[in-house]
Amino acid sequence: MRRFVEAVWLVTRKDLLVEARTKEIFLTTLFFALSCVLVFAFGFVREGRAVGDAAAGILWIAIAFSGTLALGRAFERERQGETLRALLIAPIDRPALYLGKLLGILILLAAVEVVVVPLVALMFQAALFDHALLMLGLLATGTIGFAAVGTLFAAMLVRARSRDVMLPVLLYPITVPVIIAGVRGTAALLQAEVDVPMARAWLSMLVAFDVVFITIALWTFEPVMTE
Amino acid sequence: MTNRLFVPLAIVTAAMFAYAPFMILGAPYESTMGLVQKIFYFHASAGMTLFAAAAVSGIGSALFLFTRKPWADRMAVSGAELASIIGLVVLVTGPLWARKAWGVWWQWDARLTSTLVMWLIFNAYLLLRKYGGPGSDRLAAAVALFGMANVPFVYWSVNVWRTLHPKTSVIPSLQPGMRGPFWFCVLAFLLLFTLVLIVRMGLEHRRAELDELYLALED
Amino acid sequence: MGVDFSTLRFADVSRNYGRRRALNRVSLTAGAGSITALLGPNGAGKSTLLSIAATLLRPTSGEVLYGDVSLRDGGAALRARIGMLGHDLYLYPELTAAENLRFFARVYALPDVERRVDGALAQAGLSDRGDDLVGNFSRGMRQRLALERALIHEPRLVLLDEPFTGLDEASRTALRARLEAVRRAGGIVILTTHDTAAIAGLPDASVSLVEGRLAA
Repeated sequence: MRRFVEAVWLVTRKDLLVEARTKEIFLTTLFFALSCVLVFAFGFVREGRAVGDAAAGILWIAIAFSGTLALGRAFERERQGETLRALLIAPIDRPALYLGKLLGILILLAAVEVVVVPLVALMFQAALFDHALLMLGLLATGTIGFAAVGTLFAAMLVRARSRDVMLPVLLYPITVPVIIAGVRGTAALLQAEVDVPMARAWLSMLVAFDVVFITIALWTFEPVMTE
Repeated sequence: MTNRLFVPLAIVTAAMFAYAPFMILGAPYESTMGLVQKIFYFHASAGMTLFAAAAVSGIGSALFLFTRKPWADRMAVSGAELASIIGLVVLVTGPLWARKAWGVWWQWDARLTSTLVMWLIFNAYLLLRKYGGPGSDRLAAAVALFGMANVPFVYWSVNVWRTLHPKTSVIPSLQPGMRGPFWFCVLAFLLLFTLVLIVRMGLEHRRAELDELYLALED
Repeated sequence: MGVDFSTLRFADVSRNYGRRRALNRVSLTAGAGSITALLGPNGAGKSTLLSIAATLLRPTSGEVLYGDVSLRDGGAALRARIGMLGHDLYLYPELTAAENLRFFARVYALPDVERRVDGALAQAGLSDRGDDLVGNFSRGMRQRLALERALIHEPRLVLLDEPFTGLDEASRTALRARLEAVRRAGGIVILTTHDTAAIAGLPDASVSLVEGRLAA
């Protein structure tokens, strides 16, 4: 068990080290997220205020789109130099490899969200921090759900053709519940009469989603990656 | 496949479909909707068949991923193709019915949305198999598995969000005169689905045999 | 750590991709302390064979045996005894040479990481470049480092895909010497090449593949 955790941490640490050197994925993802927010703002802002629940929607769409990009880029990196193969040949348990990569992506996305979320709150006068703990919970579980499925798909597509377009095509339908829960949960916290029980219900669904899908991913990572 | 039951079943199915319109016409008129309501017989039957196709594909995918048996993969891809086609039927007949019943072509309720999402997932499955290059049968199997696990979550989410679609209890609450034609149509659809599935799996089987022959030729 | 073995055996191994047969009933045996060369033109199936030996691919039919352990049953323990050097070198350009080595040393759970890293750098002739980013290395330097990375855990089975390609004369001599050292230490070396001149005199056995089949 300890060996497993060590292996996970080794992979994550390596990914963070590589990213810290170049900051490439972090910066490009961040600016992409900001561009998303901007583009959607033009669609949904009228007379200086976001229409209805637009702020919640814009936030989660930005997370989904930039998350997909980050996933693609992270695994593209493993494709150059074929280092993913080297890791598959190594005596690391396949599930540990999956978790290590997932953790790395999560930390990266968390760093992006730390910037984007306050910015959205600012730009759309959305009181995202009134129920900070719940909001944090929604963001955390939502990002985990999205990344859990995304990491598996991005890993399995590494050697496939048309992988750039296939990742979003495969990922978005399956992460629909995450988007719904994220947006509706956030909206519940932003509406005039804040609906905390509703937000809590969405949070529970996200937790269930995360548990189910991480389990399935751990289970299928090995057979999917073995040719 | 020269299964001895196949031809008789095919004849029975054809006969059922030929007779179905008469049964449907004979069924009582629904008070508010008139003729358009009769789409329901095919729409709901197609809906049930869609779930059967999805289940077949999901089970085949899981089996293929963990046992790598070729027939499991054939089951998975045949189920997925059928799910895509039947899904299209469901998603077209539904709005035709909805326009009359609810006044709108589309509503974002639990059943509609999860059907749409599931249909998208199966299309993504087929796209991956077509354009993903070698090894995509294995990758697509994982997609199907995730897709299956996903459906209850979509259903639950959209349900909590809003609901307008008649709940499942619409079947018991059907007028007695409607129940007969309804189950008749369901049976006809499921029979048709089974037959086409067998044919499609047979096609894949023959493709695999052809590949083997090519390989044997090289030896 | 791990299961050890003294022979690698391919028994009637085939690998198909739909209609294309990449490997056709290939059998070979390699024992400890030997170098086997896989020859053949491009597309003959050499890389496929190496991938199967590295546990990355499953054969469509046939058995691969590492001593008594079959490929199917071997897991992480088996992989700990295998080292591979691919054409793409398996190095992270954003990390330094030492960091690359250290990462893989830890991945292979080696007990004395720093000593191994220093040793590997010395073997590659890069002791003074340990803290430089691999992305800045020349092709030759990268190749030397990649080889030491593949050997850092002293694997029993060493698989090399086209290791002599693109090397100048001095590097070739150095590589030959290194592989001879591995042979002396009891390793099973399998390398592929389509340049028979580069390996003249080195291998104990040569196997030719043509269109996936063993040529006589």
